[in-house]
This record gives sequence, C-alpha cells and structure tokens, in this order.
Amino acid sequence: MVSIHLFAGVREAVGCERVEAEVAAGTPLGDLLARVAADLPALGPWLARDDLLLAVNQEFRGRDHLIEDGDEVALIPPVSGG
Amino acid sequence: MGEWVRVQEEPFSVGAEIERLCRVSRTIGGIATFIGVARDLSAGRPVAALHFEHYGAMAEKELATLRDAAMAQFDLIGLSVVHRVGDIAIGEPIVAIVAAAAHRGPAFEACRWMIDELKKSVPIWKKEIGPDGASWVTPHP
Repeated sequence: MVSIHLFAGVREAVGCERVEAEVAAGTPLGDLLARVAADLPALGPWLARDDLLLAVNQEFRGRDHLIEDGDEVALIPPVSGG
Repeated sequence: MGEWVRVQEEPFSVGAEIERLCRVSRTIGGIATFIGVARDLSAGRPVAALHFEHYGAMAEKELATLRDAAMAQFDLIGLSVVHRVGDIAIGEPIVAIVAAAAHRGPAFEACRWMIDELKKSVPIWKKEIGPDGASWVTPHP
C-alpha cells in the first residue's frame, strides 16, 4: 500500500488530500499514477502537465522511479511560495 | 523544526533572526534581508487575503537543502529562512531570508538566490482570496 498526497489545485480537483493504492513493488511511479487516474478522472489533466513534479518519500523523483510498498508519493503542482 | 529553516503559521520576528545570527560569530560584518510581503494586487486583480498550503515534511526538507546549497555556494557565515503558512493578511510578512557574511556582497547575493530558488522548488502553494472568489496561483490545467 502506498499513500499519494495531493495539494492545492490537485487536491481540490480530486476532492481529497490523500489516496491509498495497492501496488506491486518495483512498479514505475508513472504506471502507478496512470492506474490511479483511471479511477480518479480529475487527476488526468494534472498528470498530463509537464510542470507537475512528483516526490517519493519527500524527494523529487521522475516517473520512471520504482515504487516500494509503504512509499509516500506526492503530486506537486507548480509551487508558489515566497 | 530546524534551527535555521522553519515553516510556521505564527508571525516571525526579523529582529529575532538577526540577533540569533549575530550571536553565531564575531566575524559577521554584514547582514542582508529579503522579506516577502502579502500584496493587495495580483495580475491586476485585487487581493483581500492570502492562504498558504504546504507539504509538511518536505517543505522544510527542501528549504534545508537550498540553505545548505547557499551556505556552500556563497561566502556566508549564517543564513536563516522562515516561511509562514496558513492565513496571511495583506501587508503581513510571508517569508524572511536573513543572510550574514563578513562582507555585504555574499549576503545580498545569497538572499536573491535563496528567494529565487525557493519560488521554484519548495512545496508551498499560495491561494489568493479576492472579492470574486479564491484561486490558487498555480494555473489549472
């Protein structure tokens, strides 16, 4: 089981701040997210953006990063701090 | 919370950060600050208040990574970064970057670099609340 954390516009579009998903160890992050988006269509447009950053266990990662059980995934839309 | 990097709801005191840095070393000869403030206008639209959301653990971690990079890259003696989250009224400070060095050059340069990098990668999001509703500064797809 991995938890996928959603923030700001993504969180509001999907309507929740966290999604849980079962995943086989070694699944690429991009594949996991595509599968989750099949159940949550509101995620689709966000995943299609090339400015959406991804993090695994609070480190920025690419879509080819391999997921392990218990990982904390986060979808990070363009940030606007400062 | 880190000693030199903090994300917090409470207001901060720039004076307190300067005093803390001054206690680090007697070799400090200059301190530069950048303070980001909540403005009442965004892209021509009035803004009544701001709300900041953050990714708890990662925001401080990313700020700490940037601070480490700044300490390595500029000739600094100390660097403190505080970012507020939650509701912030117009005119209130949002972020403070306080850089201490032996000389002014690195202190000014580090402030500029730090705020530019913070705006690129630290997972904090701003929502602008105006008379016509609220919207994330992040454009929607």
